[in-house]
Amino acid sequence: MDFELSPDQAAFRETASQFAAEELAPHAAAWDEQGIFPVDTLRRAAEVGFGGIYVSEDVGGSGLSRLDAAVIFEELAAGCTSTAAYISIHNMAAWMIDRFGSGAQRERWLPALTRMQTLASYCLTEPGAGSDAAALRTRAVRDGDHYVLNGTKAFISGASRTDLYVCMVRTGEEGANGISCIVVEKDTPGLGFGQLERKMGWNSQPTAMVTFDDCRVPVANRIGEEGQGFRIAMQGLDGGRLNIAACSIGGARACFEAAREHVLERRAFGRTLAEFQALQFKLADMATALEASRLMVHRAAALLDRGDTEATMHCAMAKRFATDAGFDVCNEALQLHGGYGYLRDYPLERFLRDVRVHQILEGTNEIMRVIIARRLLGR
Amino acid sequence: MKVLVPVKRVIDYNVKIRVKPDGSGVETQNVKMSMNPFDEISIEEAVRMKEKGVAEEVIAVSMGPQQCQETLRTALAMGADRGIHVKTDDVLEPLAVAKMLKAIAEKEQPQMIIVGKQAIDDDCNQTGQMTAALLGWSQATFASVIELGEGTAKVTREIDGGLETVDIKLPAVVTSDLRLNEPRYASLPNIMKAKKKPIEEMDPASLGVDTTPRVKTLKVSEPPKRQGGVKVESVQELVSKLVNEAKVI
Ligand SMILES: Cc1cc2nc3c(=O)[nH]c(=O)nc-3n(C[C@H](O)[C@H](O)[C@H](O)COP(=O)(O)OP(=O)(O)OC[C@H]3O[C@@H](n4cnc5c(N)ncnc54)[C@H](O)[C@@H]3O)c2cc1C
Repeated sequence: MDFELSPDQAAFRETASQFAAEELAPHAAAWDEQGIFPVDTLRRAAEVGFGGIYVSEDVGGSGLSRLDAAVIFEELAAGCTSTAAYISIHNMAAWMIDRFGSGAQRERWLPALTRMQTLASYCLTEPGAGSDAAALRTRAVRDGDHYVLNGTKAFISGASRTDLYVCMVRTGEEGANGISCIVVEKDTPGLGFGQLERKMGWNSQPTAMVTFDDCRVPVANRIGEEGQGFRIAMQGLDGGRLNIAACSIGGARACFEAAREHVLERRAFGRTLAEFQALQFKLADMATALEASRLMVHRAAALLDRGDTEATMHCAMAKRFATDAGFDVCNEALQLHGGYGYLRDYPLERFLRDVRVHQILEGTNEIMRVIIARRLLGR
Repeated sequence: MKVLVPVKRVIDYNVKIRVKPDGSGVETQNVKMSMNPFDEISIEEAVRMKEKGVAEEVIAVSMGPQQCQETLRTALAMGADRGIHVKTDDVLEPLAVAKMLKAIAEKEQPQMIIVGKQAIDDDCNQTGQMTAALLGWSQATFASVIELGEGTAKVTREIDGGLETVDIKLPAVVTSDLRLNEPRYASLPNIMKAKKKPIEEMDPASLGVDTTPRVKTLKVSEPPKRQGGVKVESVQELVSKLVNEAKVI
C-alpha cells in the first residue's frame, strides 16, 4: 500500500492548482454574483486536458485514471467549486459516450467534447423521479429510424447552454430495465428548456428543466443497447460521485486555509485567535475531516480504476462522507471568520453555498446510505 | 539553434511567506513550491521559438535538491526537449549559478540563454547579468519582445522611462520580463509525454564550480508592520507634522 501521489499525479495537481489559482479563483465571485457561465474559461481548461480527463486519448481525452481525476477536481474546486463541478458533469457525460458508445458515436461527438467546443449535460432526474430515478417517465417511442421523445427532465446542469444532452428515457417496461440512453443534440426540434432556476449556489452554471415535445432523435444516437440506459447512468454516477466529493474537499480546503490564515492574524482579548485552544481543536478537527475524506475518495477511486465489485459501495461511502465533511468544514471556517465570514467580500459563504448541493445531487446522501446498506445486507 | 533556460524551484507565489522563529531564513517545510514565474515565461519564449522553427532544441536546467526534478518535469511538459539537473543541497548564490551556467553553456553551445529577470524568492536580479559577463556574451535584460535575426536579435527592454530597443549579437543572454508572453499550462497529455524526455544529472564539482556562499546572512525578519495613519484637523497641522515629525519638508 502506498499513500503517496506518483510524480505524474503531483504534476497533474500542480497544473490544476495553477489553473485554478490563475483562471478560476480571481473570477469566481463575479461569476457567482452575475450568474456567468464561463464558456471561454472552460475551453481553456480543455486545452490543458480537463475536458476529458478519463476519456481515451484517440478522441482527444487525457486517458487518465479516476484517481488522477479526483486529485485534479480537488484543485479546480479550490478555485471555483461551481465551475469545477460543471466540468466534472461534462467529464461524466463524455465518459459515458466513450465507454458505451460505438466507434462512430465516439468519432462523432468526443473530439469536440474533449476540447469543450461542445458541452454536455447529464439528464436523469425528472420532476416526479429524483431519488427514485428508475421511476422516470420520459418516453422514447420508436418510429422507423427515429425515437420520438416526450417528457420533462428537471434540474439539468448546463441546460440551455450546452450542446449535447445525454438522456435516460423509457423505451420499454417499467423499472430500471426499460430505460435507454439517448443523446439529443441542442438544435433538435421539440427540445426545449424551462426558465433558469434561481439557486443558493452553483451560480456559474445554469440549471433548468429540459422538455421534449415530439422530439425526433435518430436511433443512431442511442448509446448502448435498449434497456441498458439505467446501468450506463449508474456507472457514470460512480465516477461522478467521486468527482463531486473531490469538489467538496477542494472547496472545503480553500475555506480551511483561509480560516488558518485568519486565526493567525486576527486578535481578540489581547492575543491571536490561534492561541485559543478551543479554536486550535476546531482547526485540528477540520484538517482531520479533510484528510479522512481525501483518503476515502482516493481509495474508492482506486477501486473503481481496478473495476472492483465493491467500487459502487465505496464510491457511495466516499461521496456521503466527503460531501458532509466538506460542508461542515466550510461552515466551521465561516464561523472562525466571525462576521467577516458572512460577507460576500470573503469567499467563505460562496464556498458554503456551492458545496451544500453536493449533499443533494448525484444521489442524495440518504440514497448513498441506501446503496451502502443494500450492499451490507445483501439485498 | 539551441536555447538554454535555467528554471528555479521557489516558494509558490500564492504562499504567504513566514519567517522561521530563529530568524535563520523563511519557512520552507510543508510549503508549496513551484517554478519561478519568470522562468515559466523564459521556457514559454524558448518553446515558441521552437514552434516557429527558429530554435531546434530547448534545454531546461535546474540547480538544487532532488525535488528540482519536479520543476524540470514541468519545463519538459511545457515543451522543453530535455533537462539538466545540477544536484546539490548547497545554498546557491547568483554567482555560483552563473558559473555553473557558464560551464553548461560551454558544453552545450546554445545561441541564447533566456534567464528570468529575477527569482521571486530572493529577488536578486543578478544571475543573467553575471552569466553574460562570465561568458563574455551580449546581454539584453528585462525583455518584453525578442525578435530573432540572422545571428542577431532585436530585444525590446522595459526600462524605467519606457521601452528601449537594442540590437544584440548572438550568442547572448536575455532576461525575461513579465510582459514577454503569457506562459501556457503544462497539459495533462504533455505531462505524460514529458516522462519520456531525458534529464541528465550532474553536480557542482563535476562542473568545476565551488558554490561556497560569499554572503553571510545575519538575520531574516518580517518587514515592519504598517502603522495606522492619523487624521489631521487642518492644513496648518498637516504642514507642521510634515516639517516637525516626518521631517520631509
Ligand atoms: C443544482 C442542482 C443541479 C442538478 N443537476 C442535475 C443534473 O445535471 N442531472 C440530473 O439528472 N439531476 C440533477 N440534479 C438533480 C438531483 O440529482 C436530485 O435533486 C436528487 O437526486 C434528489 O432528487 P429530488 O430532488 O427529486 O428529491 P427527492 O427524491 O424528492 O428526495 C427528497 C428527500 O427525501 C429523501 N429520500 C428519498 N428517498 C429516500 C429513501 N428511500 N430513504 C431515505 N430518504 C429518502 C432524499 O434523500 C431527500 O432528502 C441537480 C440538482 C440540483 C439541486
